[in-house]
Amino acid sequence: MNVTIVDYNSGNISSVINSFKEVAKDKVNIKVTSDLETIKTSDKVVLPGQGSFKSCIDGLNSINGLIDTLNEFALESKKPLLGICVGLQMFADIGYEETETKGLGWISGKVSKIDNQGGKFKLPHIGWNEINIMKDSKIFKGIENNSHMYFVHSYEFVPDDKSVILAITDYSTNVVCAAEKQNIFGTQFHPEKSDKIGLKIIDNFINL
Amino acid sequence: MLKNRIIPCLDVKNGRVVKGINFVDLQDAGDPVEQAKIYSDGGADEICFLDITASNENRDTIYEVVKDTSKKCFVPLTVGGGVRSVDDISKLLNYGADKVSINTAAVQNADVVVQSSKKFGSQCIVVAIDAKKKGEKWEVFTHGGRNNTGIDALEFAKKMEESGAGELLVTSMDRDGTQAGYDIDLMSKISSMVNIPTIASGGVGDLHHLVDGIKLGNASAVLAASIFHYGKYSVKEAKEYLDSKGIPVRI
Repeated sequence: MNVTIVDYNSGNISSVINSFKEVAKDKVNIKVTSDLETIKTSDKVVLPGQGSFKSCIDGLNSINGLIDTLNEFALESKKPLLGICVGLQMFADIGYEETETKGLGWISGKVSKIDNQGGKFKLPHIGWNEINIMKDSKIFKGIENNSHMYFVHSYEFVPDDKSVILAITDYSTNVVCAAEKQNIFGTQFHPEKSDKIGLKIIDNFINL
Repeated sequence: MLKNRIIPCLDVKNGRVVKGINFVDLQDAGDPVEQAKIYSDGGADEICFLDITASNENRDTIYEVVKDTSKKCFVPLTVGGGVRSVDDISKLLNYGADKVSINTAAVQNADVVVQSSKKFGSQCIVVAIDAKKKGEKWEVFTHGGRNNTGIDALEFAKKMEESGAGELLVTSMDRDGTQAGYDIDLMSKISSMVNIPTIASGGVGDLHHLVDGIKLGNASAVLAASIFHYGKYSVKEAKEYLDSKGIPVRI
């Protein structure tokens, strides 16, 4: 099996690469590339994302044909895709970080700044928080409710259709921290930095 | 609920772990990769490497340490010491650091913070403030605590937040190495002044100091070196103690 981590200058993806390689061992072939043909022929794709919503969308747009290829992979071939952090956020129709930016539109909704309640909540939301699992999912196989995951973000994904929400976390509001729509999966937290329990989610995705 | 973080810090020199007392009198004490792994297995919420003599010496050894550690530890890794430019930050991130802490360069040129937070995101930019009390104020020191800039630490903290820092790592130069506890006054003033998370550092000698840093200093995270490194307490013991004092921690 081939799993491709999309490399599109989205900031630091070393930890994502390390964690997938750790989980994959010799069983699964992990590729890191923006090559369109490699992405198309992969069995699974990982879309990481760090920095702002706008910088990540700009990064995708800077590689000719990449967004079309990802659309084809996720919406037509319907093969499993995992978005991490801004990778998840980009599933939305629109994001408001830096400036209003159009997203991939795979899961309708928006990405807006977490309400810090006048400074009561520090932003970024950095650190370990518990996830409240709302819906059973294959990527949560063997993951106990209220497990701790590592978060680093200031913006949150607000989907229109609440049925896509897999888990929420409590920070100022109920922040959506995992979503699933058919073959498309996303986590706001960083499984690659969430210790053994995070690696378990990666393992679940690889074994889908 | 978001948990308060415990961050063991390893001072690294020439690829080996040391812990100085007031930044001098170094004692060699171990392999950083193994140490980091022990910490992450023991429940450390993050790991911090500080390349202490990096400003003066060949620092290529740190890259190998970061590379090896990031393949074995799957909790966030912060690396600081001798970080001068956006290129240095880029290199550390590429070798597997999740965050980079900037000290001297941020004081000399706030643009490094502006540019790097734009390029890599605020989430990976930590500004390390070394402060020493002078009269009623605190002044910012650079170069591992050797140079006094005369800059007001509170004003500098605010400026760094505005420049794009994602977190502030605040070290009291008066307390560092003394085991007398954090400078709570300094911590609470900076914590209440900025809207980004603060990390308390410098002076931990006992577990109740960690509690004070969070409860009184309003820090989001507490950093300590020697109490963990010399085995006085394990990270697990520290977490259990914090938990017993009503502080939310990941156990």
